[in-house]
Order: sequence, then structure tokens, then C-alpha cells
Amino acid sequence: MSRVTEVWVGLATCGVAAGAELVYSTFESSLAKHNLPVTMKRVGCIGMCYNEPLVDVVTADENRFTYGHVCPEDVERIVTEHILNGQPVNELLIPADGFFEHQVRIVLENCGLIDPEVLEEYQRHDGYKALQRVLSELTPAEVIEEIKSSGLRGRGGAGFPTGVKWGFAAREPGPEKFLVCNADEGDPGAFMDRSVLEGDPHRVIEGMIIAAYAIGAPHGYIYVRAEYPMAIKRLKKAIAAADQAGFLGENILGSDFSFEIKIKTGAGAFVCGEETALIASIEGKRGTPRRRPPYPAVSGLWGRPTNINNVETLANIPWIIRHGAKEFAHYGTEDSRGTKVFALAGKINHSGLIEVPMGMSIKEIVFDIGGGLRENKKFKAVQIGGPSGGCIPAKLADVPVDYKSITQTGAIMGSGGLIVLDEDTCMVDITRFFLDFTQKESCGKCTFCRIGTKRMLETLTRICDGKGVPEDVANLIELANKVKAYSLCGLGQTAPNPVLTTTKYFRNEYDTHIIDKSCQAHVCKALIHYEIDPSACKNCRLCTKQCPAQAISQGEGDHQEIDQSVCIKCGQCYEVCPFGAITIQ
Amino acid sequence: MPHSDSSITGVSNEVDRLLHLFAPFPASVIPLLQEIQGHYGYISETNLTRVATYAHAPKSTVYSVATFYSQFRLTRPGKYLIRICQGTACHVLGANSICEHLEEQLGVKVGETTGDGLFTLESVRCLGCCSLAPVMMIRDEAYGRLTRGRVDAIIDAYRNRAEK
Ligand SMILES: Cc1cc2nc3c(=O)[nH]c(=O)nc-3n(C[C@H](O)[C@H](O)[C@H](O)COP(=O)(O)O)c2cc1C
Ligand code: FES
Repeated sequence: MSRVTEVWVGLATCGVAAGAELVYSTFESSLAKHNLPVTMKRVGCIGMCYNEPLVDVVTADENRFTYGHVCPEDVERIVTEHILNGQPVNELLIPADGFFEHQVRIVLENCGLIDPEVLEEYQRHDGYKALQRVLSELTPAEVIEEIKSSGLRGRGGAGFPTGVKWGFAAREPGPEKFLVCNADEGDPGAFMDRSVLEGDPHRVIEGMIIAAYAIGAPHGYIYVRAEYPMAIKRLKKAIAAADQAGFLGENILGSDFSFEIKIKTGAGAFVCGEETALIASIEGKRGTPRRRPPYPAVSGLWGRPTNINNVETLANIPWIIRHGAKEFAHYGTEDSRGTKVFALAGKINHSGLIEVPMGMSIKEIVFDIGGGLRENKKFKAVQIGGPSGGCIPAKLADVPVDYKSITQTGAIMGSGGLIVLDEDTCMVDITRFFLDFTQKESCGKCTFCRIGTKRMLETLTRICDGKGVPEDVANLIELANKVKAYSLCGLGQTAPNPVLTTTKYFRNEYDTHIIDKSCQAHVCKALIHYEIDPSACKNCRLCTKQCPAQAISQGEGDHQEIDQSVCIKCGQCYEVCPFGAITIQ
Repeated sequence: MPHSDSSITGVSNEVDRLLHLFAPFPASVIPLLQEIQGHYGYISETNLTRVATYAHAPKSTVYSVATFYSQFRLTRPGKYLIRICQGTACHVLGANSICEHLEEQLGVKVGETTGDGLFTLESVRCLGCCSLAPVMMIRDEAYGRLTRGRVDAIIDAYRNRAEK
């Protein structure tokens, strides 16, 4: 077997959260102890977050052995058995589970394989070749033509054709124009952009430079959310390195094109992902959207022509230029070309980051790649598109994931958050959760969004509290349609989607909440109570000790009893009981 | 009345240094507030006024910006800022019960600071580690796959660290 030359540790935010820093330093000291000439590398996220912390042991002939759930205690074994003696530790290796087989990696091409903080690593993987080609061979108009014919559509949510959008900004008079990369990623449950920025920041920067060349913009901004400190750090480093290497700054690569990039950190407002609000925020104002037209392409940042693209959109650009529009268009469907990155989360086994050709069915994503549901629970729905998206029920699992088909279900493609829900998820509660989000994030400028989301939230809360009345559902639907029709920006126009899709596909759950006053998923606290089954209780008193409200005490006979008037329904007794004696009614 | 933190000249010079990191015009208001909060943990009324004066923006505008964005804090937080995620993935995987447990262990509600000034508990919408839900962040460290037991261990570790 060929000699081990490198050890890679996944150190994106997800890896770090799972304890990968300690794994990295343990490897370092173990390798030093054994005096082994092995290079350590910090890589981004490969997408298998469910196996974090992840370690790749790489041999001289470029074979990769991937270890998952590595704890510091495993390190010495991997070093002595595998690196010293050439015997992979089979029981710690990740078994093939179909996760990568069905994926096509364009945007995520390098994520998890290169050190994102080293420019040369990106260059070794063809980095900045697309830029070189663009600057030496193509006119701006030719670049725009190439992107148009690739069929690439914006990945930030609305799916507007990217080449067409560039064309709008290109035909405006310069020279003061702006190119903005939208890295606000406010959808809870979505982490595609974070992973790309942390795992392959130069790809986004290269995409930005090409876009800026196409529209003729000398200034660029990246608007990143403040919750992503690691992405910000890596971007800063990457910009400095690109500057140093002559990919940014004056007369890039000897051409007469100049471009600079500044980073703006968001300050925690979901609505700032909306392009006109984002512009206001960069200008230092409250992030409230304004009416369009004029579109940013005509009058954007400081009144200048501005083109705004999402991180993933821009990350596609270098690949398209290198491989050609035809090759790109070969993936996907008629109206949705290429691939889409999704963040798989929720009640799914393989929670992580995936990239698939457009048009793959929900079922394939959830079961073939996602490995099905946790604990073999029943698949109920996927929530797609974040708070502005909708819930697609399991019975529509054959729907292909492309812009047109998803929109037909009443949801939206959104930016790529895919949350899998099982039988233990209450659809009324999750709808209330989304409305709570949009209501709080509504900037308050227009009446329909400000008051409409509030009234919808109140109604949903009432239903979850067991105080729903039969007219509630019809009222919700009527209000939802009005808010959708009359709100100023995308936030209000899409906020009702969760209400509209759940009342359409899960009407029975609303009815059981309102009429039977019961929550079948056992989520809505007002509609459930805990009981101890005297025949199953062994009187071990674990529940009594656990109960934070002191609601459990010795009953008459050999069992414990819950005082319903004191119980706070936290469910801790249910979790600790080793005999399954606690039931939810 | 001068606020206590500007009456000490050393501190005031520090604020000056932070202000001069950005150009003196209204577009700098957000980065200035971020810089000051990054340094002091919050934005005091005095510092808010200084940002307004420096950036040539009305104080009311600076206040309206500071209250629009959820990142900005106008009161002093505890030594360790805990941000518990209440995003979708965390919600469906039980973030509520983790949050209630934290509230119970710390003896405060979300948005409050413990009496000893050690912890401030805040909730956020998604930290981008959804695959490790439920998640919380203490300062800039993320902690995933939380259970009640794991939360207790992490909080204890911070308490011990503070005692040293
Ligand atoms: C409420 C709201 C939030 C948005 N959040 C984001 C976001 O976080 N990231 C993003 O790229 N686009 C977001 N968008 C879409 C942007 O307005 C814009 O369409 C997009 O950045 C354009 O880039 P694209 O053409 O490359 O998709 C949001 C839109 C709305 C209405
Ligand atoms: S939903 Fe909690 S980290 Fe994303």
C-alpha cells in the first residue's frame, strides 16, 4: 500500500461545532510524537455533516480514506495502525452509503478537498483559469452571451436568468457601477452559502470578478450575515491573497480592467436579504425594501447601476466558463439548467450539504441521498424554501425539484433549505413557527405584511393553544391570499406560503386541533398531557427526580403519579423513563 | 452628565480609535456600531451619540438603525453571550426544550443576563449548523447535537473557566 502523505480535517463551522479542532490538534501532536512526515490540512465541509468530525487520510497515490465521528481518543489508533503500519482502521471508516453517488458537484467541486485559506490550493484545482480566459479571450458581451446560453438562473430564490440580469446592468452608463454578492443567507435551516464561503471562498471571488467584468463594475461588495464569523474571516483572507496575486485591484492580470471587493457585515435582519433592503443596509440605513422599478440595475447602491447575485449563482460562473455553457446546460431540466445545492436538515439520517442535478425527485433526495428518516419514522413532508417557502407532503414526493414543478405545488424553490419533517412534527405548530419568524422579521413598512402576518400568527397561536374556532381556517386562507397579493416586497408576498400549503395539504391537522382539541404529533402543549401507566411503572422514581416542577409524587399503590395542575409538560419524565410507563394523551 | 465609560480618558481614546477606522459619513453608521459593540459588548448612550456626531448623522437616525437590527444591544451583556438557535432545523429537533432547560439552569429568560454578570442568553434564527441541530453558540464557539446533559457540561465548563 502506498504511503500516507496527508491528513485532512474538516474544519468548517459544522466540524468545529462537533469538536474537530481538538481532533486536529491531537493528530498534530501524535504525528509529531511518532516523527511522521505527514502534512496536516484544514479543509472545508464535504457535506457529510452527519459524520462530523471528519478526517481524511490520504496516500501518495491520492487514495482517500474517510473516517467519521472521530474523537480525540481514536487518533492514536488511526496514526499507529493506518499511518504507521498501513492498515486502515476499518471499523472507523465511513461505509459507502450512497451519499455521493447521485450527486453532481459543480459549486461544491472543491469543498472539503482543498484548504480554503491557501490560494495555491484553489489554483491547483483550475482556480482563476476562468478569469484568465475571460480577460484574455472574451469581451464582456461574449461573457454575458455564454452565461445566457448556459441557462443559469439565480440561486438566491427568485430564479431570474443570470445572463439576462447582467445584460441589464451592462447596458447602463458607467463608469460607477456596483457588483454585490448576496451572502445574507437568512433562511433558518439553510447553510449552502456558508459552506461555500468557508470551503471555497476563491470560487465566489472569481465569479464576482467575472461578473464585474461583464457588467463593467469597478466596485464590489460582499454582504455577509454577522452570524457567520468563520466565513467572514476566510473571505477577508481570500480577498487579501487574491489582491496580492493580482486577481483583484488595478489592471487585473495586465488587462485594463480593475476591480476591488469590500466586505459588509449584516446586522441581523432577514429582510436585508431582499435586494433593495440590502442596498439600504450597505448605505448605513435601516434595511427596509422600496418599490421597484427602478430596479437596482438602473438605480441601486448610491443611485448607481448595481447587479446583485447570490453566492451560489456566482460560484457556478468559473465552472461554466471553464467547461462551456453546453456542458452546464447538459445537467438539469428544460427550464432549470445545472445543479442546485441543498442543505438537508431536520428528521433525516444524512443531514448535510448536497448538490444534485435539477429535476431530481424529492423522494430520491430524501431516501437515496438523505438515507431516509431518522429512527425509521414516517415521512410526512419537506419544508422547502425557508419561511417563505411551503410544505410539500410525502404524497407528492415524486415531484421533480425544478423551478416550475416546485412552484406548482404552492411552495418555492427558495435558496436551498430542505427540512425533512416526520410524523412527530405538527404542521400547525411548524406553520405558527414560520409566521412567528416572518412577523418578527417584517420591517413594518407596508400594512399588509406588518398587520397581516401578526393576525395570522395570532390565529395560529390560538389554534395551537386549543382555542381555535371553526372559522379560523377560512379566515387564515383569505388573509393569506391578501397579504400575498398586496405586500410591498418578497417577504410579505411569500410569508403566507406556509399557511397556504399546510391548509391545502394538511387540512385534517387543523381540524383535529380546532374540533377535537388534539394534536396527533404531541407537539402542542395545551393539547396534550402526560400520564403514568400504573401497570408499567416499576416505581423507580427516576421521573420524580428528573421533574423540574416537582409535579410527580408517590401515588396510591406501587407507582408514581403526575399532578396535572403542576405539570409544565416539559416531557423530561417521558424521556428518562426506562420502562415506557409514561404516555402522552 | 457624562456616562461613566467616557469619563475615563483611556476609554474615550479607545472609542476615538474605533471611530477613525471608518470614514466620517452616514454610511459608516452600521460598521461603527458593530466595531463599538465588538469592543464593549454593547452600545452605550454616550457611544451612540459619539457615532452620530462622528458620522454626521442625526442621533435619532443612529438610534433607529441600532434598534432595527437585532445584532445591536443597548445594555451591557454578561461575560459569555449564549446564543441558542431557534431556527427551523433546531425547532423540529427540540430546541424549545433545550432553551427551557438553559433558562432553568441559568435562572434567566431569553434576553436576560444572570445576576453574577456571567451569562446573557439570547435566541437567534439559525447559526448555519443545522445538520448538528440543536445548536448554540457561546461567544464565537458553536456547540452542536445538544442534549440537556451536554448543555449542563458546557455551562459548567464556562463557570469553571470564569472562576480561574
Ligand atoms: C425577504 C427576502 C430575503 C431574501 N434573502 C436572500 C438571501 O439571504 N440570499 C440571497 O441570495 N437572496 C435573497 N433574497 C433574494 C434577493 O432579493 C435577490 O433576488 C437575489 O439575491 C438575487 O440573486 P440571484 O439572481 O443570483 O438569485 C431574498 C429576498 C427576499 C424577498
Ligand atoms: S436551524 Fe439551528 S443552526 Fe440552522
